[in-house]
Amino acid sequence: MKLKMKLKKGIPLIDQHDQQGFWGGKFGGSFIPETLKKPVEDLTKEFKKLRNNKAFLKKRDYYFKNYIGSPTSFVKLENLSNHLGGAQIWAKVVSEANGGAHKIYNATVHALICKAMGKKYIVGDTGAGYAGKMLSMAAKKFGLKCKIFMGAKDIKRQKPNCDAMRKNGAEIVPVYSGSQTLVDAVSECMRYWVSNCDNTHMCVGSTVGPNIFVKICGWSTAQISRELRTQLKKEFKKIPNKIKLINCVGGGSSAYGFWSEFIDFDKKQIELIGVEAGGPKKSKLHAAPLSRNAKVGILHGAASYVCQNNEGQINDTESISAGLDYPGVSPIHCFLKDTKRARYTYATDEDALNAHVMVTKFEKLNPSLEPSHAFAEAIKIAPKLSKDTIIIVNSCGDAKKDRDILRERLGKH
Amino acid sequence: MSSLLNKAFLNAKKENRPALLTYTVAGDNTKKKSLEILNSISDYADICELGFPHNTPIADGGQIQTSAYRAIKNGIKINDVFSIAKNFKKSKKNTPIILMGYYNMIFQYNENKFLDRCKKSKVDGLIVVDLPYPENKSFASKCKKKGVNFIQLVSPTTSQIRLKKIIKDSHDMVYYISMLSTTGGKLKVSPKKILERYKKIKNQNKSKNVVIGFGITEKTIKSLKKADGLVVGSAICKEISKSIERRQNTVTNVTNIVKRLRNKIQ
Repeated sequence: MKLKMKLKKGIPLIDQHDQQGFWGGKFGGSFIPETLKKPVEDLTKEFKKLRNNKAFLKKRDYYFKNYIGSPTSFVKLENLSNHLGGAQIWAKVVSEANGGAHKIYNATVHALICKAMGKKYIVGDTGAGYAGKMLSMAAKKFGLKCKIFMGAKDIKRQKPNCDAMRKNGAEIVPVYSGSQTLVDAVSECMRYWVSNCDNTHMCVGSTVGPNIFVKICGWSTAQISRELRTQLKKEFKKIPNKIKLINCVGGGSSAYGFWSEFIDFDKKQIELIGVEAGGPKKSKLHAAPLSRNAKVGILHGAASYVCQNNEGQINDTESISAGLDYPGVSPIHCFLKDTKRARYTYATDEDALNAHVMVTKFEKLNPSLEPSHAFAEAIKIAPKLSKDTIIIVNSCGDAKKDRDILRERLGKH
Repeated sequence: MSSLLNKAFLNAKKENRPALLTYTVAGDNTKKKSLEILNSISDYADICELGFPHNTPIADGGQIQTSAYRAIKNGIKINDVFSIAKNFKKSKKNTPIILMGYYNMIFQYNENKFLDRCKKSKVDGLIVVDLPYPENKSFASKCKKKGVNFIQLVSPTTSQIRLKKIIKDSHDMVYYISMLSTTGGKLKVSPKKILERYKKIKNQNKSKNVVIGFGITEKTIKSLKKADGLVVGSAICKEISKSIERRQNTVTNVTNIVKRLRNKIQ
């Protein structure tokens, strides 16, 4: 018997899982060592309590507004739209958030939870370095000791963010195992938590990992779409009839945050488009499990589409964008793919670089390599669409951190 | 009929000592060598755990990771793991062998197919690190039907209520993780404390064989000899790494360490 997967309306997607933590009966779950069962259960109970606690919500909103700087702006990219012709292109400039990317939402919420649980130490993983930088900021803000696990390869290519982490007093633990990128950083962070879960809180940097981490992260980034919904109504008097929300997808935290308020809409009105990292044009490696038909597998405590071989060994990935360079993806995106609510595609390294060049040429916007993948798709489809189509790209990160890569590849700055 | 696992524990008990369980990674550092190691160390070990290596092992420390990466790099496949187990059983049919690894490998192979292969290769038990209770219920009962022991894990963080349920659902053997750590960590809890917790587990049901693992080395093994069984893994993997580095005979060196471990609990 084949289970028919269906989205429910009126319930946040993060809560549409079954008792065992699976979305659509097959994505997510909690594949964790016995030692982590209790800390994960404790965290699950605490989060359930906190998200229904008015004082906690007030605190969250206070910090979102006064610390993160919500709302981030929603702007029309007039020049880019005129240049391409066709659809109007807009951007939700999430990179205006304190620290320069959406990762600050999840980091702030985790720091608040850590405090509420009476733990003094917080650890996290990072790829592009944004999750790490934001966690180090939040840790400093809330007086927590912070350790960040980061692949040795990523430490080299995302130096500006590493400098920021150290400045905030966090310890960066370089990870030399495997491919020395995000996948290994997450593994090492989980190992550290196994050994120190009695006094340490773990923050998973995206909507991946055991069920509860998907939920906390999605709950945090959902702020992005709450703001956008208000901004859309203000700008257009109502939610327009033809919208395309384009977001890059690595783990999928910014995409979920960008979409969560709009999932209940008909896809003819609001289309959700996720853009994964296709890797270098001529390379066989990529980080696009959704759009390049990877099989379901278990990685870092959850079942999702995973780049892997027949035996279940996780594949090396390759992308110019450290933040998207991950072989797995959020179970909620797998669910959105299989229910056909969202469409997933990929952009190559070259596409992303070209998009970055074009956007910075026409607009006062400096998207990092991650959202440049989303812009690549917007640039590709905009000319073919009608003038009343509203394309909105989540410009979820700032390119300051990509300084060295951009200089090397484009010879600029 | 009593399982081979039960018999191995019983034999050790008759000699008034804990059973010695070893862990090595299949294919470390070659298929041939890992079989030779198994054949040789089983003169001193009562039960052999054989790891099927995964390249994203979230609960293993450096030593076992190194062994696993080495084996994968040398091209080990799941089918090779089964053939090593099968060949081992040809010469040591009374020594139980337990396969240990991560769930994704079983999931990709297909649960039923995996268990059929276990049965054909005369595998006695299975440990799946990232398939905890109650998520493992259906797979554990499939194992039981095929006559393969599914070995439940218990850790210092396991609550009393959970412990009761896990023991109730366990087969012949239960694995107690001595401390909050990945494999190969330094023993950071006193043996006295570990044995206190061990007793609590044992008291749930005296007929279950409870073994202690994590942090057990030549230095610490003696202090825990009251347990039904003791698992040594990382110390052995480390010895393999060292022997390779020094271009020495891995089989001899690993056998010597297992022999010394056995002497300490005699």
